Amino acid sequence: MAAASGTNDLSSEMELDAFRRLFPLSFHERHLLESIRPDGRPLGRARDTSLSLGAVASANGSALAKIGCTTMLAAIKLEVMTPTVEAPDEGCIAIDFHMPPICSPLIRPGRPAEVAPVISKQLSDTILSSGTIDLKELCLVSGKAAWMAYLDIYCLDADGALFDAALLSAVAAFSHLQIPVVSLNDDGRIVLVSEENGGSMKEKEPVNKEKIKLKMNSQPFSLTCILHKNYILADPISEEESIMETYLTVVLDTNYQLVSLNKPGGPGLASTSSIQDCIALAQKRVKELQQILSEAISDMEVD
Amino acid sequence: MDIERAGGRGANQLRPIDCFRDVLSRAHGSASCSQGETRVLAAVFGPKAGTKKNENPEKACIEVIWKPKTGQIGKTEKELEMILKRTLQNICLLSVHPNTTTSIIVQVVHDDGSLLPCAIHATCAALVDAGIPLKSLAVSLCCCLTESGQILLDPSKLEEQKMKAFVCLVFPSSVNSVLPEESTPATTKSTEQEIITSLTHGVMTVDDYFHCVEQGRAAVAPLSNILKKKMRSQSAGNAVK
Repeated sequence: MAAASGTNDLSSEMELDAFRRLFPLSFHERHLLESIRPDGRPLGRARDTSLSLGAVASANGSALAKIGCTTMLAAIKLEVMTPTVEAPDEGCIAIDFHMPPICSPLIRPGRPAEVAPVISKQLSDTILSSGTIDLKELCLVSGKAAWMAYLDIYCLDADGALFDAALLSAVAAFSHLQIPVVSLNDDGRIVLVSEENGGSMKEKEPVNKEKIKLKMNSQPFSLTCILHKNYILADPISEEESIMETYLTVVLDTNYQLVSLNKPGGPGLASTSSIQDCIALAQKRVKELQQILSEAISDMEVD
Repeated sequence: MDIERAGGRGANQLRPIDCFRDVLSRAHGSASCSQGETRVLAAVFGPKAGTKKNENPEKACIEVIWKPKTGQIGKTEKELEMILKRTLQNICLLSVHPNTTTSIIVQVVHDDGSLLPCAIHATCAALVDAGIPLKSLAVSLCCCLTESGQILLDPSKLEEQKMKAFVCLVFPSSVNSVLPEESTPATTKSTEQEIITSLTHGVMTVDDYFHCVEQGRAAVAPLSNILKKKMRSQSAGNAVK
């Protein structure tokens, strides 16, 4: 192609940043030939991940997750509601994902990002269908009162792999969640038990003793990979995502069962062998993330 | 051990599929596709001049609008729009008409399971009707997994809700599927169909997923022949029922 021969001549004369802006695909492909990416990572490695629980003090459960520069803040607030007739002993979880303009120069106020409702739906499908939270644990009084958990995830910095970071922050927020102690007062309403009137406890306390934590079955963790020609790049940054548009998201739970495999079209095709490679990379990532999550939980408990 | 399906369908049996082109007079291209009780209507307008703000002007832009049968447009519809748009980006030749927008409107007439495959078939037929240049057609299939690990193809709505997991796959409909079988062992690897789009819902093992893909690949070849035949034998002015 004329462009390719042009780049070979210009690349020796041009500055690196200019070459990166003008010929982004050739810039990345030159790196892929050496099995490395512009930020120095090998193809199968994800970025440095960190988790911090309890970031929002007023929420019942919260977490801040960072994968490289992508930052997600998740917070859970609990509210008492009456359960539906079809499921009288189950609570409810409402998941919402927001991308405020702070996260990316492409998002302007008043013009919501196209990708936000899609990620929001994928998150709620993944969390609810993975069975990681048993809704029966959110029940207080069967048929009369149950917890409604509002999980809100805010993207503070959008630098690729948004779904991975959002799912990680959601799982961490649920593992940090503490359900407050409530009691049933004389009017039949649920009230919070505060520390002062601990002496005059009413009868029928559904949640007793101290605040309880939600028991989570196998937690889901995800990895997004980009498929470009024969290369598989794990955990892309936003520049890589905008240039090489075919991506595949694998969500595995801690038992290595497939919770979701999402390849939403795109210019490239996926063969069975590349899907198997992506699943293998995801299995390694699940181990890493489980380790990070358990370290974050034990740090919280030490405090 | 085998699950009984409504209407005595076998596990690998698909519902009767039907496809009509040119059902709307005002649209540049239109098609109506039905699989069993599920019916979807698709209309294509374009190419029109100009692309949207953040899109690449060196390629044609595709815009999908999904209209549900009832209710307001919400996140489900946005997700389906994105999936359909990216699937079409794979099969359309985007460099033939740069700096243009092609709008595709999908209207769900009735949803009885396998909605996304039906929509993809209707959209492909509408694009063919409008004369938009395509690399290949897309053929799509939904399969669901029972508790015992059995795979059922083309589930109805009731079956989808009862099953533990389901997978929706889209493959390119290659020319090889209509040629006679002369493939030598050397070329069989290259004719293994790759996946354009894959969506799953529910927890399953990795092996179950690959079994679904194999079943899907096997079922796609006859399905693609049926669709091509339907699209070929068309007379204009078929009534919309």
